[in-house]
Amino acid sequence: MSAQLKPGQGPLDYARRPWIIALFALVLLFLYAPIASLIVFSFNVDKSGVWHGFTFMNYVKAWNNEQIFYALSNSITIALISTVFSTILGGMTALTLWRFRFPFKTAYEGFVALPIVVPEICMGIALSMFFNYSGLMAAVRDWVWPFNLINIIFAHIAFSFPFVAVVVRSRLVGFNRQLEEASKDLGATEFQTFINVLIPFMMPALVAGGLLAFTLSLDDFVITLFSSGPGSVTFPVKIYGMVKRGVDMQINAASTVLILVTLSATLIAMKLQAPAKSGH
Amino acid sequence: MDDWKDFKRVFLTLATPGSLWMLLFFAIPMAFLFVLSFSSKAVIDGEISTTAYDYMNTFQNYVESAGHNYLVLLWRAIWTSAIATALCLALAYPLAMAVCFAAPRWRPLLLLLLILPFWINLLIRTYAMYSIFRTTGVVNQAFGLVGLGPYEMLNNTYAVIMGLVYVYLPFMVLPLYSTIEKLDRSFLEASLDLGATQAKTFWLVTWPLTLPGVITGIILVYIPCLGTFLTSDILGGPNNWNIGNAIQNQFLESNNWPLGAALSFILMYVTFIALMVRAFLAKRSTGVDA
Repeated sequence: MSAQLKPGQGPLDYARRPWIIALFALVLLFLYAPIASLIVFSFNVDKSGVWHGFTFMNYVKAWNNEQIFYALSNSITIALISTVFSTILGGMTALTLWRFRFPFKTAYEGFVALPIVVPEICMGIALSMFFNYSGLMAAVRDWVWPFNLINIIFAHIAFSFPFVAVVVRSRLVGFNRQLEEASKDLGATEFQTFINVLIPFMMPALVAGGLLAFTLSLDDFVITLFSSGPGSVTFPVKIYGMVKRGVDMQINAASTVLILVTLSATLIAMKLQAPAKSGH
Repeated sequence: MDDWKDFKRVFLTLATPGSLWMLLFFAIPMAFLFVLSFSSKAVIDGEISTTAYDYMNTFQNYVESAGHNYLVLLWRAIWTSAIATALCLALAYPLAMAVCFAAPRWRPLLLLLLILPFWINLLIRTYAMYSIFRTTGVVNQAFGLVGLGPYEMLNNTYAVIMGLVYVYLPFMVLPLYSTIEKLDRSFLEASLDLGATQAKTFWLVTWPLTLPGVITGIILVYIPCLGTFLTSDILGGPNNWNIGNAIQNQFLESNNWPLGAALSFILMYVTFIALMVRAFLAKRSTGVDA
C-alpha cells in the first residue's frame, strides 16, 4: 500500500509534508539570515545596508583597535581560566552527588542548581554588590593583568560549574561500580582507583562540560557587565557599548571571529560527546 | 551509594570546594541583596548618603516596586514572554516532529541546524537582528528596491517579541525533540488504524504523551524571557523596557540600589512561581517521561 503513496502522504511521514518542509526552510532562513548578513557585511566597504564592495579593512581596523583587541583577549583569558576551575569544581560536585548519601541531599542539589535557574540579572547585581562591599572591586583595579579580571573570573566560575556538574553527573549514572571494586580488590588505593578508573570514565563528560563552561563564559554579558570594573572590559561588554553608539562594521568583523571560535569549540564538543559508549 | 560517614575524608574533599564557592559567590551575595531590598539610604547630618545604608528598616522598596511604574514593566515582561513562548512552541513543535520523523541519517544534521545558533553569542545575535531590521538595514533596502518603505521595524514590542523568539527558539526545540523521539509510534499507528483523523490523533495521543517535553520547553523559554534585558534594550528601545531593564537602570544609572534589589527579588519570586507550576504540572501529567 505504501508504494502507491507519494512522498509526504504516508500516515507518519510528517517529515515530508510540504507545509512542514516550507516551515522548516522559513525558520532556518529566520535563524541564519541575520547571522549570514552580519558575516557578509563584515566585508563591506562602508556601514550601510547596501553592498558597496569587498574589503578586509574592517578586520584590519578591528585588529588594530586596541580596545577591541584588549576586550577580546580579556574574554578569552577569562574563559580559559574559568573553564579549568569550573571543570574541576563541577566534576567534584558531580562526584559528591553521585557517590554519597548525606543529610539534606535534596536541598543541597537544589542549592547547587540555583545559578542555572536564577535570572542572570539578579545574580549579576548580587555579585556586583558583593564585590563592591567586600572591597574586591576597588582592590583589583590596580592589580596587574590578568589579576585585575579576577572578580569576573570568580563570577563566571560560580555560574558555570553547576552546568558542568549536571553534564558530568549524567555520565556517572552509567558507571558500573564493580569496576571500582575490581580495582580495589586488585590492590589499588582509593586514590589510584580514582585516577586510573573513574577519571578516564568521566573524561568525555569533563571535556564536554569544560567546553560548555568555555562557551558560557565567552557568551556572558549580563553578569560580566555588573561584576566588571571600569578597567576590565570583556568582548560582549565592549560590543554592547559600541552597539549603543550605532552600527559599525568593526563589530561585524570582531563578531565573525568570535562566532568562528565558539562554533568550532561547540562542534568539537559535539564530536567528543557523540559516541556515547558506556565504558572503556 | 555510600554513606558519607564511612568516607568522611573523601566526602569532605569532594564537597568542600563547590560548596565554598557557592557560599561565597552565590549565597552571601544573594543574602546581601535580600537585606539591601529592605534597606534605605542612610541620612547623615541631614543629607542623604550615596554610599551608606540603614539596613533592614523599611518595606518602602517593595511598596514602590508594587507601584504603577514598575508593575507596568513587570506585566509587560510577563505578557511579552508569554507570547514569545507561545510562538516558540507553535514553531518548534512541527519542526521537532519533522526532525524525529525524518530518515535517521538526516536527524542529527537537522537537529544541529536548529540548535546551532544557541551557541552564538546572544549579544551578537541581537546585534545581527538589529542591523538587518534597522531603517537602513538589508530588509528595508530590499523594500526600497520595490519602492516601499523604509519602515521603522524596531523600537516596538513586536521587535522585542521577534527577538525573543529568535534567541530562545533552540531552547524549545531541544526538549520537544527528546520527548517526541521517545514517543512509541505504535500508539499513533493504532490511533490512525482505528479510524481517528490526523488532527484527532495529534490532539488525543501525541500531544498528551509529549506534554512533559512541552512543559520543560515552556519553562526553558519563559524564564530567561522574563528576565531579559538585552533584547528589550537593543530591539525595543526605552519605550519597551521590561523589568530587567528597570533593574539594570537602578544599579547603573539611577543609583537606587535598594529599589533595584527589591525589583530583582520580585523577578526571582515570579521565576520560582513559574518553576513550581512546572513541577506541579509535571507531577500530574502522564507522558513519555516525567
